[in-house]
Amino acid sequence: MDDKDLRFTKSHEWVRSEGDEVVVGLSDYAQGELGDIVFIELPEVGRTAAKDEGLTTLESVKSVSEILAPLSGEIVDVNEVLEDDPGTVNTDPYGDGWILRMKLADVGELDDLMTAAEYEEHIKG
Amino acid sequence: MATEVGTIQRTALFEQHEAAGAKMVEFAGFALPMYYRGIVEEHKLVRSSAGLFDVSHMGEFLVSGPGALSTLERLLTNRVDTLREGGVRLSFMCYETGGIVDDLLVYRLDDGFMLVVNGANREKDFEWIREHLDDGTDLRDASDETALIAIQGPTSEEALAAIADGDLSDMGFYRHGRLAVAGLPVLVSRTGYTGEDGFEIYCGPDEAPVIWVALLDAGERLGVRPVGLGARDTLRLEMGYCLYGNDMDEKRTPVEVGLMWITKLDKDEFIGRDAIAKARDDGPAERIVGFEIVGRGVPRPHHRIFAGGSDVGEVTSGTFSPSLGRGIGLGYVASGVSGELSIEIRGRMVAARTTTLPFYRDGSVKRRK
Repeated sequence: MDDKDLRFTKSHEWVRSEGDEVVVGLSDYAQGELGDIVFIELPEVGRTAAKDEGLTTLESVKSVSEILAPLSGEIVDVNEVLEDDPGTVNTDPYGDGWILRMKLADVGELDDLMTAAEYEEHIKG
Repeated sequence: MATEVGTIQRTALFEQHEAAGAKMVEFAGFALPMYYRGIVEEHKLVRSSAGLFDVSHMGEFLVSGPGALSTLERLLTNRVDTLREGGVRLSFMCYETGGIVDDLLVYRLDDGFMLVVNGANREKDFEWIREHLDDGTDLRDASDETALIAIQGPTSEEALAAIADGDLSDMGFYRHGRLAVAGLPVLVSRTGYTGEDGFEIYCGPDEAPVIWVALLDAGERLGVRPVGLGARDTLRLEMGYCLYGNDMDEKRTPVEVGLMWITKLDKDEFIGRDAIAKARDDGPAERIVGFEIVGRGVPRPHHRIFAGGSDVGEVTSGTFSPSLGRGIGLGYVASGVSGELSIEIRGRMVAARTTTLPFYRDGSVKRRK
């Protein structure tokens, strides 16, 4: 699992920092818990969101899960591939299964997120 | 069958599930596999080859003695007197109100009857039956000494035949017989809950792992693999089969559930008959319907159903149909409602329309009927 440069939230989003932007997705653990994802409602590009605000829902055969904004900012891109192929979140959660890209309001918020090692502990606990 | 561990029981196949890396969940008091590899893959496997299910959470009661037939005739909505040895029949058991205690299978054995009830209803059903026994009737709960393995899918017969004695092709749909599987004496019926051809194997807890492994080995070239409860639910819902606790309960009569073919109002007195006859004559306020989502979204239990801008009912079962590639569901709506609907999915109105059941029409079980 190539995730040591990623940061994680308690609600199982991952974040990859790229300057003042981040790429956001769902952790491998969370996609496994959710099972086969069959629909995703992608948020609108240009929308601003505060940390922990609901951005989008992922619908699996068995249940539904919400993606929360891991950090405050503006959505600048969404992964439209997921509209037709939402299962990519299952098959490649840290790569082609990315969900959206945000421009951060405060890069300092990144420090509040968990490291990969801390997240490992979190899901074990 | 079960070994108690805290409040969650284990079936005889628990170690097989763990070894296969199943995602386990609690269901009807048992630890059972939700899925092994993924619900969609397992669902498609059952539609195309065959899947093996551990359904040992189901309850098995034995009813025997000279009063057994009259007891069951009075307790069950379907006819039992015309059920011959070797036959299996689906029935409701109702309260005087017409509300449903449970839906169950009746097996006519050489020395009495076996009832197969929903695992979650086992204690309630046993008490209800015990309170209504005619003189000379023995009732025994055999659930703890009975494991149940289902093999479902078009290659089921070939896979099971490879390790069974006797000719399975002679066994008709909803028939059962005693035969040896993997050299062990078991009761096998040609029944299931998936819309596919298949069998259910009733055996002892010690025999279950032997049969499970033998079926996986013999069935490997036929695509047989273990399948969890997640796919069991999507498979049954594609067939429009009602699930007790979701689509029916003690407040619903067979008239509303739309399963009057297993409710014989013309047979002798049975518990609930008068109330069900009245519900039929009056016409129920609500009826169950099947619907499919036209746009994007997955209906779930308790979502509200709208027609023409009015709230007309509630979803009782809903899922994404792997075979059809869209959301499907069952729900109760005001009598007479059909056609265009909207389902309220997390505050969003999603277009849907009523459909005839089953949703999925290509199941291999049809070839057996």
